[in-house]
Amino acid sequence: MAMKIGDKPFKERVSDGIDDKFMRGAVSSAQGRFRSGRLNAAEELGNWEDWRKLGEEIRSHTIENLDYYLELLSENVTKRGGHVFFAETAEEANDYITNVVKQKNGKKVVKSKSMVTEEINMNEALEKAGCEVIESDLGEWILQVDDHDPPSHIVTPALHKNKEQIRDVFRDKLGYDKTEKPEELALFAREKLREEFLQADIGITGCNFAIAESGTISLVTNEGNARMVTTIPKTQITVMGMERIVPTWEEMEVLVSLLTRAAVGQKLTSYITALTGPKQEGEVDGPEEFHLVVVDNGRSKILGTAFQSILHCIRCAACINVCPVYRHVGGHSYGSIYPGPVGAVLSPLLGGYEEYKELPYASTLCAACTEACPVKIPLHEHLLRHRQEIVEKEGKAPVFENLSMKAFSMGTASPAMYNIGSKLAPTALGAFAKDDKISDGPGPLKNWTEIRDFPAPKKDRFRDLYKKRKKERGE
Amino acid sequence: MKVSLFVTCLIDIFQTDVGLDTVELLEKLGCEVDFPEKQTCCGQPAYNSGYVDKAKESMKHMIKVFEHSDYVVTPSGSCGTMFREYPHIFKGDPEWEERAKKLADKTYELTQFIVDVLGVEDVGAKLNGTATYHTSCHMTRLLGVTEAPMKLLSNVEGLEMKPLPHNYNCCGFGGTFSVKMTSISEQMVDEKVQSVEDSGAHILIGADCGCLMNIGGRIDRKEKPIKVMHIASVLNSRS
Repeated sequence: MAMKIGDKPFKERVSDGIDDKFMRGAVSSAQGRFRSGRLNAAEELGNWEDWRKLGEEIRSHTIENLDYYLELLSENVTKRGGHVFFAETAEEANDYITNVVKQKNGKKVVKSKSMVTEEINMNEALEKAGCEVIESDLGEWILQVDDHDPPSHIVTPALHKNKEQIRDVFRDKLGYDKTEKPEELALFAREKLREEFLQADIGITGCNFAIAESGTISLVTNEGNARMVTTIPKTQITVMGMERIVPTWEEMEVLVSLLTRAAVGQKLTSYITALTGPKQEGEVDGPEEFHLVVVDNGRSKILGTAFQSILHCIRCAACINVCPVYRHVGGHSYGSIYPGPVGAVLSPLLGGYEEYKELPYASTLCAACTEACPVKIPLHEHLLRHRQEIVEKEGKAPVFENLSMKAFSMGTASPAMYNIGSKLAPTALGAFAKDDKISDGPGPLKNWTEIRDFPAPKKDRFRDLYKKRKKERGE
Repeated sequence: MKVSLFVTCLIDIFQTDVGLDTVELLEKLGCEVDFPEKQTCCGQPAYNSGYVDKAKESMKHMIKVFEHSDYVVTPSGSCGTMFREYPHIFKGDPEWEERAKKLADKTYELTQFIVDVLGVEDVGAKLNGTATYHTSCHMTRLLGVTEAPMKLLSNVEGLEMKPLPHNYNCCGFGGTFSVKMTSISEQMVDEKVQSVEDSGAHILIGADCGCLMNIGGRIDRKEKPIKVMHIASVLNSRS
């Protein structure tokens, strides 16, 4: 599955999302849990704002010096006997990965969770090459079993499903015959996945943070599946977006601390795994061969632009978990594996405006995302910036809107024009008003009055009343 | 203290009472209020829709209109936030950045001005009823005004304030969002109306006309027995 999900146009996707009452209930209750978890974890840590500032500084310094740190990382991975490949495009990444798998005569691949492998559509590339690919993150596995249902969230990909639905998926696809109790479902998944781990030739992981100073990759999970993926198969391939890097262990500690708290309200996740290259002499565990694939796929084009800070993102989903639009339309409505505010900023940058031009408008600019971001990315400002690009650089604004904004500019930059315009308002709208209200308005008001009343403009504007008042008082 | 009123276009045209209440309230608190007549709109509708160049024309006009004011006070958290954003928008512009900064530095949202500048927490208002307060997004998250309205409202005689559940949720207005993404906006405003009902209050108070027109318009459409009031009108009530 590539970054784009589904073929329906934006409006239809939104309307499907809104109609899916069950999904909305699941999302809303998950958002409530994540929100209070994050706030509690932040309070427990103390000085949350200082931590966020530190997080922002670390990300900003690292991305400013990305070339330096990537080179350092590459040197250190190589020193430990690992192989590093820089892929400019998704195709290059997939070709490299497929070749490694073919060389190893790999038939079965087990994976831990990775958004970048979704982005480059790696599973499909491997399957085309005759390989079986098994997701081992529980959420991802459920989706895979359910005929590749796309993820609707970047941390909890199956957020849109409840336990009854998961039970049905297991029953229909795998012959599960127990109840919807989470413990029973998890035990079933565990037994199935354990067999897969033992048979796999290749393990593929994503990467939360690569540590440049030591050539280490770190993985943050709650299920321990990343450890199985990186210890049993003889060959390990780690795929990372080129921005997922920190200079030293010290920064890694700060960012992991922000990540787990912001994502799920945990002080630490159950497993934080750090792996440095392949198995060394005298070591018992670990892969015999290690490959690190660093994916660009449009990221370097963001460097040096006003959007650069979106590369600071540590994929915690705190912005998604507070977004009211996401709550009502769900992840699939975004048409991208990156949903919510971060997705609305990132998807048009990686996938183009042609595909994703509606996303920056699917926000009230309420700034809940900006407030929640643990590394202080000004997400709502980026959404505004996209709108500006679409209107002023791409020239893709609707004609009517363009005209009304021209009129707006004329009417508000000149007091004379404003005076005429505002005076005309009651006359222009008078015919539609009843009892001081408009319930079926013309033009742009039509959409407004579809769901709510609009106040009729007053006969006398405030400025007229103010003048009268002044006169009456003899001022 | 001399105060220039930035009334906002919505209040000028649709909510004239709120403008008059603001003037009276400030005068009761000892301010000398003037209304620079050439004022229009802060430019937010164009700015938030991506028409930054067009918005800048209104912004420059507003900078000139209030150039000689000591304080600029506005009964709108969102429009006040917009003025505070001007220096950011004109950053690097040799002619306008400094002038924009001067305007931003002297601009206050009404309750912020009363509490932080005038140092008043009890304006002597009286209003009988049970109310809840909608914390608008720009005012709380971007302007950072959270305490002032609550302090002022808690001192209104006869008014019982109820907490609004999920008060951090946006009401779904978002300027042009309300007409561009009507179906999503509808879900959001319904959620807000439900929260207002759950609060048990009969009056919904807010400090932003945009949000109040949105929530109030939906309340009217659904014929809910809830009265919507701007905080300026509440603070100017004496009965």
